Amino acid sequence: MAGKTLYDKLWESHVVREESDGTCLLYIDRHLIHEVTSAQAFEGMRLAGRKAWRAASIVANPDHNTPTDHWDEGIKDPISRLQVETLDANIRDFGALVYFPFKHANQGIIHVIGPENGTTLPGTTVVCGDSHTSTHGAFGALAHGIGTSEVEHVLATQTLVAKRSQRMLVKVEGQLGKEITAKDVALAIIGKIGTAGGNGYAIEFGGSAIRGLSIEGRMTLCNMTIEAGARAGLVAPDEKTIEYLKGRKYAPKGADWDKAVACWATLKSDPDAKFDAVVELDAARIEPQVTWGTSPEQVLPVGARVPNPANEPDSQKRTGIERALQYMGLAADTPISEIKVDKVFIGSCTNSRIEDLRAAAKVVKGRKKAAGVKLVLVVPGSGIVKRQAEDEGLDKVFLDAGFEWREPGCSMCLAMNADRLEPGERCASTSNRNFEGRQGAGGRTHLVSPAMAAAAAIAGHFVDIRKPL
Amino acid sequence: MKAFKQINGLVCPLDRANVDTDAIIPKQFLKSIKRTGFGPYLFDEWRYADHGEPGMDCTRRPLRKEFILNLPRYKGAQILLARDNFGCGSSREHAPWAIEDYGFQVIIAPSFADIFFNNCYKNGILPIVLPAATVDKLFADCAANEGYRLSVDLESQKIILPSGEPLGFDIQPHRKHCLLNGLDEIGLTLQHADEIKAFESKHKAAQPWLFAQQA
Repeated sequence: MAGKTLYDKLWESHVVREESDGTCLLYIDRHLIHEVTSAQAFEGMRLAGRKAWRAASIVANPDHNTPTDHWDEGIKDPISRLQVETLDANIRDFGALVYFPFKHANQGIIHVIGPENGTTLPGTTVVCGDSHTSTHGAFGALAHGIGTSEVEHVLATQTLVAKRSQRMLVKVEGQLGKEITAKDVALAIIGKIGTAGGNGYAIEFGGSAIRGLSIEGRMTLCNMTIEAGARAGLVAPDEKTIEYLKGRKYAPKGADWDKAVACWATLKSDPDAKFDAVVELDAARIEPQVTWGTSPEQVLPVGARVPNPANEPDSQKRTGIERALQYMGLAADTPISEIKVDKVFIGSCTNSRIEDLRAAAKVVKGRKKAAGVKLVLVVPGSGIVKRQAEDEGLDKVFLDAGFEWREPGCSMCLAMNADRLEPGERCASTSNRNFEGRQGAGGRTHLVSPAMAAAAAIAGHFVDIRKPL
Repeated sequence: MKAFKQINGLVCPLDRANVDTDAIIPKQFLKSIKRTGFGPYLFDEWRYADHGEPGMDCTRRPLRKEFILNLPRYKGAQILLARDNFGCGSSREHAPWAIEDYGFQVIIAPSFADIFFNNCYKNGILPIVLPAATVDKLFADCAANEGYRLSVDLESQKIILPSGEPLGFDIQPHRKHCLLNGLDEIGLTLQHADEIKAFESKHKAAQPWLFAQQA
């Protein structure tokens, strides 16, 4: 019998029951909740007179709607405020293991606070009404986004009705070049397999370049798995995972810790495990990536030129390129390094952790934002990240350069709060989606790594981070 | 949940790949704490010439006349014909809520994004995957014939073309059963509450650290 993949091990250890057509009831260990996708679920629970099956599985905090400045003034938008207050009331009534209300010292983006508090552990199932739940796969947890009906289902039953995915192995072997980050790896993978390439799959990332990534880098990579169409991304836990988790607030302690570490050692794909698809990338060939269009798969190395639709033989793809160029206000064949930016956003569940801020600050130190750049927002992923950055003096580096240093939250990744692009504005962004209107109606987003975003802020246009500024 | 059995409906073709859920329902409408009322804001940025905000009276807003949903011939459409990877991106269930509230009951595409596909079934919407070449033909037929309608029957898993020719489609038996009967999935699952409890006890004994209490 062939060996098992990590995905199969995680799946099989959580099956409560299985129907004849393969539909399973899957037990859920951790339920992350934010304000945007939960209100209707709690309302359904109330209407049916149901209680939360296991409130201690819940980790919650508002993040999408919360402002990133003037916290003393509260949430000005009354509709946003109501949604955040509704979450307060729902957690008060139904309970939670962890809840950081708006303005709590540890509040932040849900996918940042879970890991940093040790509530995301290897071998667990993690769900959230948020597609970027894939982030938590960095720990060897089976983690994926769900809809609001499923949020209600998990609240009421601690299970999810689900069918096993296909398994894909994305193997990145070799040494990443200087200044090449997990973000570039993620974008290069999406560029290769496309935004639908992972549909129906759970992706395990393997190979020496992946093992070489820090835990935060692995979170960035797994976070972007959904942009390749796969709901879940996975990296097998190793010494780095154990080192990261040790001593975190909700990580196991004492004898439990030793037992857990022994258990986590089994969480890897067997050498003879079979994958339904295998994709290989050479780490040494990955260059700094910049998206030029309105889908994360429309991505190229910084030294490239924006594509010319005339060179695309497939008519549907050609129309797609033409539409993207028109929306992005770009002429065919423009060198990416000549694209000027109006705003820069450093933040989001993809790239708002301390290593991201350090990478950006390293580029910025002693320099000033370009005159043509209207606004550079640096938004830490959580209160803990923010304090750490301030202890290291990173806030000063950003402020001295003319950047803004904000309070934690999702901010301009999706622009539900006041942080947004105006129509036609162009942004270098460390977030995860360059969809039309994502960062504000009519806004134009280019996805890049934190160092590339910082460099664009200084130069006023995209630059190759590997060369001196 | 509302049951779905069969319809005969007007088809509206949305000819672009990778339609994301941000386009289906933009972020500003996600501030609502209700499940209903999203239909008027479906594809808001493509459909209206002005910037939409929650609570606006959409009957007074300027339309982008060229957008497919705004063409008189597609008024009242119940079947959305789409391209690859429909519903990609954000997991927001507001997307199927908006689609359903607008009046669509069936979406046909060569492929769907996983989370969106799953969310459809929770809301009485039938997403149908057909081969790309078949979808191409439906797009061509739809463009060529004003008032192009299809019949969709879930029980027999068939789409009937205007010529009377049937096209079969696949669906997981569990999903079909729930959709045909409009079943409340939570109620169904809770019939297995004892099994969930038994699993939970075993799981807790093996990995007690997963059951941490408030520190």
